[in-house]
Amino acid sequence: MAQKPMSIEELEKMAAVIRCDIIEMICTAEAGHPGGSLSAADIVTALYFRVMRVDPANPRWPDRDRFILSKGHACPVWYAALAERGYFEKPHLATLRQLDSILQGHPDMNKTPGIDMTAGSLGHGLSAGLGMALSGKMRQKDYHVFVVIGDGESQEGSIWEAAMSGAKWKLDNLTAILDYNNLQNDYAVDETMPIAPVPDKWKAFGWNVVEIDGHNMQDVVDALEGAKSHKGSPTMIIANTIKGKGVSYMENVCEWHGKAPCKEEADQALAELRR
Amino acid sequence: MNQKHQSPYHYVRPEIVSVLTSEKLFTSAEQQPTRYAYAEAMLELGERNPAVVVLDADVSKSIKTNKFAEKFPDRSFNFGIAEQNMMAAAAGMASTGLIPFATTYAVFASMRALDMVRNSIHYPRLNVKIAASHSGITPGPDGVTHQGQEDLSLIRAIAGSTIIAPADPPTAKLAVWAAAEFEGPVYLSFTRDPVPVIFDMDYPFKIGRAVTVRDGTDATIIANRDLVVQSLVAAERLTARGLNVRVIDCHTLKPLDVEAVLKAASETGAIVTAENNIFYGGLGSAVAEVLVENLPIPMKRIGVRDTFAESGPYLELLKRYGLSSEHIAGAVEEVIKRKP
Repeated sequence: MAQKPMSIEELEKMAAVIRCDIIEMICTAEAGHPGGSLSAADIVTALYFRVMRVDPANPRWPDRDRFILSKGHACPVWYAALAERGYFEKPHLATLRQLDSILQGHPDMNKTPGIDMTAGSLGHGLSAGLGMALSGKMRQKDYHVFVVIGDGESQEGSIWEAAMSGAKWKLDNLTAILDYNNLQNDYAVDETMPIAPVPDKWKAFGWNVVEIDGHNMQDVVDALEGAKSHKGSPTMIIANTIKGKGVSYMENVCEWHGKAPCKEEADQALAELRR
Repeated sequence: MNQKHQSPYHYVRPEIVSVLTSEKLFTSAEQQPTRYAYAEAMLELGERNPAVVVLDADVSKSIKTNKFAEKFPDRSFNFGIAEQNMMAAAAGMASTGLIPFATTYAVFASMRALDMVRNSIHYPRLNVKIAASHSGITPGPDGVTHQGQEDLSLIRAIAGSTIIAPADPPTAKLAVWAAAEFEGPVYLSFTRDPVPVIFDMDYPFKIGRAVTVRDGTDATIIANRDLVVQSLVAAERLTARGLNVRVIDCHTLKPLDVEAVLKAASETGAIVTAENNIFYGGLGSAVAEVLVENLPIPMKRIGVRDTFAESGPYLELLKRYGLSSEHIAGAVEEVIKRKP
C-alpha cells in the first residue's frame, strides 16, 4: 500500500540493498545464518516490494497477504525486507539477537511488526500457512499466503503432511516457495538425506509445480504472480538458488550456513554486493 | 434446617451422594465419557460462536466430533492421521481470528505434536484449544500406547499454558465453553472411559478457581479429572472411620488455585493429591511446590508411579495401579497420622 510495485530493475537494486543489510546485521550480531538468508533474498524482495498486498502501517490488517519464512533461521532476510519496506526503523537491524531487541534469533510474531507467524522449529510454517489459507477460504477472504521452506527442511515429515492437505482442500490461495540451495547445516542436502526428485514429489502430491532460477528476478516475479492467479490447487515454486548468493566466498560453502562474517569479511562482502 | 443444608457436599447431585459407597456408582448411576460431553458442548458452541472451528485427526468418530462436522461442514477440518500438521495449521487459523479446537488423543496431542504445541501455539500465545481425549489411563483396554498418562505434566512444563482436566460430563461442557471465552491456548483433558455425572450444571466453573465439593476439617483431597469421583468415594468411606475429609475439584491444573491449596492446608493440616497421571510434574507436583515453599504439612501423592500400565478394564486398572478410592482413603489416613 502507498508504494508502487517495483519494476524488475528496482527489485534487483532492492535485493542488493537487502543482501547488504543481511551481512551488516549478522556481522554486528556476531551470529546468525547468512547463507540461507542470501539465497532467499530475491524471493523475499519480490514478495514485499511487488507481489504481496500489504500495508506496513497496519501490519495486522486482516485482508493482507501473508508471508511465512518457515526456514526461520534465515530471518535476517525477512527483517531486512520489513525494515526496508517501512514496518519498523532501520536502526533496529543492528540489534539482531541482542537483549531487548524486537529482532529475535528466530522470528517472533509478537515482537516484530510484520512477522505473520513465529517460526524456527522446522516443518511448521507450511502447516501454519495452510491454516491461514483454510481460514481465508472458509471466510471468503481473497488474501494469498506465501511460505518459503528450505530444502533441508523438506526432510521433516510434517512438510509432507501439509503437502497432502494443501491438495485435499485445493488451496489455490497458498503458495510454497522452496529455497533449493542444496546445502544444509551439516552437509549437502543430497548427501545428508536426499529429497530429489523434488518436482515429481510435489506434482504427485497434487500441487501446481513451477521451477525457476531463484535469482532471476523476472522469473521470480512471474512465478509468484502466476501462483497468485492459479486456480484449483496450491502452487509449489521450486526456486533453484545458491546458498550465500552474491558473496563470492560464501557461495555454495556449507560452513556459511550458520556463521557470522568478521569485520574484514563483511567489508569484502559489502564491496562485492555494492558493485 | 433442611437436610440439604447439612450435607457436606457442594454441587454434587443427591443421587450420586446416595450411591457413593455403593457398587451402583459405576453401574446404574448416569455416566458418560467426558470426550462425548466435549463433542456435545461443541455442537452448542458452534451455534453460539461462528469463529469456532473443529480440527480432527481421524478420531472424530471416536470422540464424536463427527457430529460437529455434520452440523457445520464448512467449519470442520479432518487432517487425517497427521497431528503435527493439524496443530501448526490450528496456529495459522488462530492467527486469522478463528478459534480452532484441535481434537485428538492425549498421547498424540501432547507428544507426537508437542513441538508444534510449544513453538507454534504457546510461544506465540495463539488462541488454539487443544482437546485431548484418552488422558491418563482412562483408555483402559487400549493399553499403554493410547494411555496419555504424561500429557498433563508435559503441557504444564510449557510457559504460559492453561490446562483443564474436568471431573465429569457437565463440568467438561462448562470447561469447553470457558476455554472458548479465554484468550490464548488451553489444553483440555478428557476421558475415554465413562465417568459418573457427579455435578449439576449450576457448578460455578471458572478457569483457575478450584471448587470445594465436599467440606471437611481433618484432611483435604485435591483431585482432578476422573479421580475427583474416586476422592468423593474415599471421603465418604472415611466418615465411617470418623474422619471428616474435604474434597477439592482442582479442574484447572494450571494456573493452580494457590489460594485454595493454602487455605485447605492451613484449615485441615494434611493434603492428599489424586490424579490419573504420571507421578511427576502433574497435580501432585504442583501442590507440593506450593506447600513446600509456603506451608509444609503432611502430604501424599496418588498418581501413576514410575511405570507404564497395561490393557484392562478402566476401574480394575485404577485398583491395580494405585489410583482407586481405597488407595486415596489409605493415603488420607496416613497423612492424618503424620499430623503433629
